[in-house]
Formats: sequence, C-alpha cells, structure tokens
Amino acid sequence: MKGLRNFVSKMKPTFSPGGKLSWLHSTFDAFETFLFVPNTTTAKGSHIRDAIDLKRTMSVVIMALMPALLFGMFNIGYQNSLALGLERTLLENWWYGFVEMLPLIIVSYGVGLGIEFIFAQIRHHEVNEGFLVSGMLIPLIMPIDVPLWMVAVATAFAVIIGKEVFGGTGMNIFNPALLARAFIFFAYPKAISGNTIWVSGLGAAEQTGTVVDGFSGATPLSIAPELMGEGVNTIDWSSMPVWDWFVGLIPGSIGETSVIAILLGAIILIFTRVASFKIMFATFAGGYLMGLLFNLIGANIYMEMPAYYHLLLGGFAFGAVFMATDPVTGSQTSKGKWIYGFIIGALAVAIRVLNPGYPEGMMLAILFMNAMVPLIDHYVVAGNIKARMKRSKVK
Amino acid sequence: MSEKVIKIKRGLNINLVGSAEKVLTKSAASATYALVPDEFIGVVPKMLVKEGESVLIGTPLFFDKAHPEVLFTSPVAGTLKEVVRGEKRKILAVVVEVSGEQNSADFQKLGAEATKEQIKEQLLKAGYWPMLIQRPFGIIANAEDTPRDIFVSAFDSAPLGVDLNFILQDEVENINAGIEALKKLTSGDVHFTHSSDVTAGAFAKVSGAKIHKIEGVHPAGNVGVQIEAVKPIAKDEKVWTVDVVHLSMIGRLMRTGKADFSRTIAVAGACVKKPRYIKTIAGALVSSVCGDGINTSASKTGNVRYINGNPLSGRKIEADGYLGFYNNLLCVIPEGDYYEFAGWAMPRFKKFSTSRSYFSWLTPKRKFNIDTNLNGGERAFVANGIYEQVMPMNIYPVYLIKAVMAGDIDKMEQLGIYEVVEEDLALCEFICPSKIEWQSILRQGITKMIKEL
Repeated sequence: MKGLRNFVSKMKPTFSPGGKLSWLHSTFDAFETFLFVPNTTTAKGSHIRDAIDLKRTMSVVIMALMPALLFGMFNIGYQNSLALGLERTLLENWWYGFVEMLPLIIVSYGVGLGIEFIFAQIRHHEVNEGFLVSGMLIPLIMPIDVPLWMVAVATAFAVIIGKEVFGGTGMNIFNPALLARAFIFFAYPKAISGNTIWVSGLGAAEQTGTVVDGFSGATPLSIAPELMGEGVNTIDWSSMPVWDWFVGLIPGSIGETSVIAILLGAIILIFTRVASFKIMFATFAGGYLMGLLFNLIGANIYMEMPAYYHLLLGGFAFGAVFMATDPVTGSQTSKGKWIYGFIIGALAVAIRVLNPGYPEGMMLAILFMNAMVPLIDHYVVAGNIKARMKRSKVK
Repeated sequence: MSEKVIKIKRGLNINLVGSAEKVLTKSAASATYALVPDEFIGVVPKMLVKEGESVLIGTPLFFDKAHPEVLFTSPVAGTLKEVVRGEKRKILAVVVEVSGEQNSADFQKLGAEATKEQIKEQLLKAGYWPMLIQRPFGIIANAEDTPRDIFVSAFDSAPLGVDLNFILQDEVENINAGIEALKKLTSGDVHFTHSSDVTAGAFAKVSGAKIHKIEGVHPAGNVGVQIEAVKPIAKDEKVWTVDVVHLSMIGRLMRTGKADFSRTIAVAGACVKKPRYIKTIAGALVSSVCGDGINTSASKTGNVRYINGNPLSGRKIEADGYLGFYNNLLCVIPEGDYYEFAGWAMPRFKKFSTSRSYFSWLTPKRKFNIDTNLNGGERAFVANGIYEQVMPMNIYPVYLIKAVMAGDIDKMEQLGIYEVVEEDLALCEFICPSKIEWQSILRQGITKMIKEL
C-alpha cells in the first residue's frame, strides 16, 4: 500500500488549492479518503475519538440492503420467467435480474454522486457519504421496467431540490430516495402504475402476445381495489399465498417484495444501532393497529383484509426499516421516534385503504411525516425546556 | 449523611492502556516553573513582577485585568526568569526559575473562628482563588458572589482516571479544614461526592460537608453531573466547584498559613513507560515527571502527545511544556498522524468503538491503545439517538449544540447551557461519527453568553 500512498501523496499538490487541478479538490479528497483514512489528528477537545465515521455508518446500511438487493435481482428474473413461461435455474434468474438491475444502479449513482461532487466542490466541502445509501435505495424502490432517463431525472431532482438546496446531507427535510420515487409518481404517473411495469419484459411481451395465460403481473396490493372496482363484495382472504408475500416471490418494486430479506437488513441495522429500533417497531405497530381498526369497521373487502397483510405488502416493510429510520429526516428525540413511527404506519395503511388509487401509502406517509418531524420534536424538546424553566421560578 | 447512592447509567467507560499504578515517587528537580494564563478561561493577565525580580511561594505574578483582586501567584521561590509572549504581545507563560530556600510569603493561620472576609482575602492573596470555579460557564468565581452551594467531586471516572482517595490518603485534615473554610463562603452547603466504592481512606473520614455517593459509568465523576443529581442549577443561580485536590490545598493554606502548591499527580497513558503517581508542584516542567521515559513504540509514527488532564478534555501541551494548574493527570498517548488504507472498511479489531459496526463490544474488559487520529472527516450532523446514550444529564445535547452553532442565545439558555462545561459534552464529541468539535463549539457558546449578560 505504500506505493499507492506515495502515488496519492505525489498527486495531492496538483489538486490542492493553488494546484493546476484545484477545481477538482473535493473530488480528489473524496477518492483519497475513500482509499485512506486521513492522517488528521485531533487539535483540541477530545484527543481520542471513536473509530466510527460516516463512511462506516453508511457502509453498514449498504450491507443491510444487500439481502433485499440480491433477492430483488433474483425476483426480477423469477417474475420474468413466470410471465414468459421460461425454464430457468435459480442462478439464471438471478443473473437475468442482475443484468437488468445494473443499469439502474449505475444511473442512480452516476447522476447522484456527480451532482454531490459538483456541489461539494462549489461549497469547498468534503463530499458527504449520505448519497452512498440514497443511491442504492433509489433503484431498489423502482419498478424494474422504469425508463433509465426517468431515474436519472428523478435522482437529479431528489439530490438538488431535496437535498442540496437545504445545504446538503444532514440538512435535508425529506428522504431523498423517496423524493425520487415521489417525483416519478407525480410527474410520470403512467410509468409507475398499472400491472405491467412490475415485471421485467411484461409490457413488451403483452404486445407480442407471449405472456403465459393468466399471468397479470398485478401486485397483491391491487387485489382489493380491483375487485371493489368490479363490484365484488366478498373475498376469501385466507386463501391468499401469504407465504409467497413474506418470502417476496411477487411482483413489486425491486427491493421491496421480500419481507425476509428486509428483516435480515433490519437485524443488521438494529444490532449495529445504526437505525432506530423504536421507529421500526412503532411503524409496524402503527400499521398493524390501523389495520385492526379497519377490520372493526369492516365497511368493504379492503377493510376486511387481515391487518398483518398490510405489513407484508407493498413498500411497508422496506419503508419502515430503511426509509422511516433515516436519521436525518426522521425524528431526533426518543419520544418523538415512537410518535413519528406510529403515525407513519397508521397513515400508510389509512391511505391504502381509504384511497385505493394510491397504493403507495407508505411513500406518502413517510414524506408527510418527514415534514411533521420538526413539529413533533419541537413539542418533545419543549417539555424539557419547560421543566428547566420551572426550576428557576422555584426559589 | 445521605444514604442514597446516585446511579449513572448513561455514559461510557473507556478502558485505556497505561493507567497509573498505585506507586508514589518523587519527581526529578524542575529548574523552572510556569503559569500559563491560557489555562484560566477569560483571564487577561497584567504583570505585577518584572523579569529578574525575586519571588516567594505565593508572591503575586500577575492579576486579571477584569478582576484585579484575583491574583495568580508563584508556585515556587526564586526569580522571575521570563515572560514568554506571542502574537500581539499576548502572555503565553510566566516562567519562574527556582533558587534558594523554598519559603512561602506570609499568610495567616485561619481556624474555625475565621470570618468569611478573612478567608476570602487569604484565598485571593495567596493565588488560591482561581481554584474556585463558577458554574454556569466554568470560569473563575467572582469574589463578590455568594454561591448557592459549593460542589466537590472526589471521583475521577474519566479514562486514565486518577485514584483521588490514593493521592489524598494523608490529607484528610486538610480536606476537612478546606470544607470548613469554604462553608463560610456559601449560603448553602459544601457537597462532597465520592464513589460508592470508597469505604476506607481519607474520603471515608471527611466531615463537615454533605456527603453524596455516586456509582456508574463516566461521566459520573464530572461535577456537573453530580450537581444535576443533587440539586440542579436554576437560571439565576450560581454554584461553585472546587477540585478535591485544590480543596485539600486550601485546607493546608488555612492550617499552616503558608502557600504550598505541591501535589501528587498521575503520569499515565500508553506511551508512559512506568505509569504511576508522582509528587510534584503545579507548573513544573513536564520533563521532570517523565523521568522514567516515554515509550514511543506504542505509537505507529513514534510521535506522542502530551496532555494536561485526561484524553477526553485535557489540554494539549508540548514536551517542553509545564504541568497544569488544574490537572491531577499528565497523560502521554500516541499521535495518530498516519494514513490507514481503507480503514473504514476494515474489521479493525484493535480499534475502540461504541458502534457495533466494529468489534470492541466483543471484549468489554479489553484495554485499548487509542491514538489521536480523528478517524474520519468532519461532516454535518447525521446520526442521532447515540449522543443521549452517553449523556446522563437531562439535556438534549444535539439541540443544545445546534443552538450554539446558530448563535441563538435564548435557545442555549432554555436547553441548559448553564449546567454544562466542556467536559460534560466530551463523550458526545468522542463518539461523534460526524467528528464535530463539541467542546470548542460549546465554549464559543458560553463565551457568547457571558458577553451578552
């Protein structure tokens, strides 16, 4: 490594202020600190520091996303083979998904990091690691057949409007990855609704008529709305393939289908204490209780759906584990985390059931609660302030 | 005696290599001694003695421009060798060369009958007043105030913490005399808090103060944590704090009528060959207590850092620097001025972290050799919820520090800036993945508060 270090040290003056390529200083710094933890020492204050930094923290989140990513790749191939009636091995399915998925990841990282580097340079900051996670989340919450240019535009929107205008990572109000998804949802609604987009190649196959008979590509979340649209008033919910939903062998956004893979990620996040257990738990609790409440009302077949189905379907689990727990846009206080998570869960289910036109209840619930976080935390902190102020009056 | 034990659960003990063995030796001779005005927060020194003039122990060397009654006196007898000045003629150090018999300037013996005014005057004259620290703000107490209470922490829970009961084993009479003297300065009580482990020795025989017992993890020994647990400060109140070693020195001054700045300190840290306790005098040359040598092999680059105080909130000094006025510990730890290839991605079994993304949680008893590497680059706040885990006080640390960053005086006040000094947020700084300089930001906030008042 000494040779590499010497090489980097030799390059450094060129990129440092005053050097020929000083306009690439932040970029150089990002690569240098990626390769080597810098030799910076503490100046004052605490002379010793914990080994943790944001690079490590963010890599933990990426590790936690790996099960969902790897399963998602497999499921792309699996759904494709189901739709077209192809015989493939597990590995072939995965490879098919990998090839389909890779461009999404490249576009997301390429566009997002590119913008981050430019802003870091303009601001004379070091490049923040935050987008390493966002850049992975964005492709995972997309339908596989989303056009790449749309991902590029959405990513640019999320990074610039969602993050950089607020001052960059740590200052943003809304979860950037969800913002990218919301951008597509509202700007190109056709691209992210309907039954054909969740399965790779299904749209094209329908035109050529090569789809297996009976394969619709519909996600389980659209079962109730579609039946209600047809005027059906009874449904046997117990006949549903709940195990498949749990494992994730269903059409849906790439990383969101497998609850098992998501829970593996949750274990990593909770164990390393990178994400808040409180938020995850409260979100699931909120969703479940809301589902129970609808069961009590029971006004239509959607309301009669067993409450725990909600937690398995759509982006609920993925949102609860990876999106709601974003430390920057989530609640900062302990009490606030319970409230914030609970309302996200309840709201997500309420949006799904009450407005079946919006199957993406989770995305809207989290984004709405992101906006509410300052309010929640304000009241929690105000309690602390009040107790302190009371003290000064007692003499 | 209150029987209730204060329990501190939120915090962090950092086990470092090289804590001092309970062996007491005498320091080598130090040719010069110095007072470093920067140690005294907010003090603008004005010299009272010229270079070449002779001084006794307790002869005033300089005073504080804003509070001329607060004198800073020589720790030894000899001649004023040099006033070291930096930019804009700022006084960096006032150096006294030792010579002749070590006699003290004349002070009074003050017993139980002494009045508040006599005690105050004696402390001011002998240069002991700077030992009294006011909370809020952690600045030298104002001689015109009468504090609500005076708090003494007799527990050092910081990494490489000093066994105070050991270094003060023969000082119980002085401690008790100090308590009697300070009791006259406050309208309330002198509160003396020691670890619940203490069952014998000097601290078990302390009398005259309200005794509290505390147990748990660092920062249990921080006096700010103890104040909050015993009787928190309200907005318009002032309390004073005194280091327990200073308390015994105050008692000694009252009993003998002589200024005497000798004290026992610990010399510890991974880079000290024989970490132990050494009897010395405040302001001595660092080299005089490092006689057994520095172990540079504990440092990757061979460079070491000298710190007056503990590694979490002490002051960095040079190898040719002087021991601190306030510190019971000199530590020497390795510098971290090296590059580490892809360190953030490595398992790093030997690095300490509170995060379970590293592996030090597997070995809670293990002692770590932590160097001064920042282990990352400075970023905006991202993590949350972790800081509260090391903050036992009922304060939202991130909200407080953000209020300081925003310069919002009202918010700082509401969020409890009166209750904390740097050391109380030191653990937040230690664990911060964004590498934010909590302690110096807090001090900026406090300085701003003082200016606004």
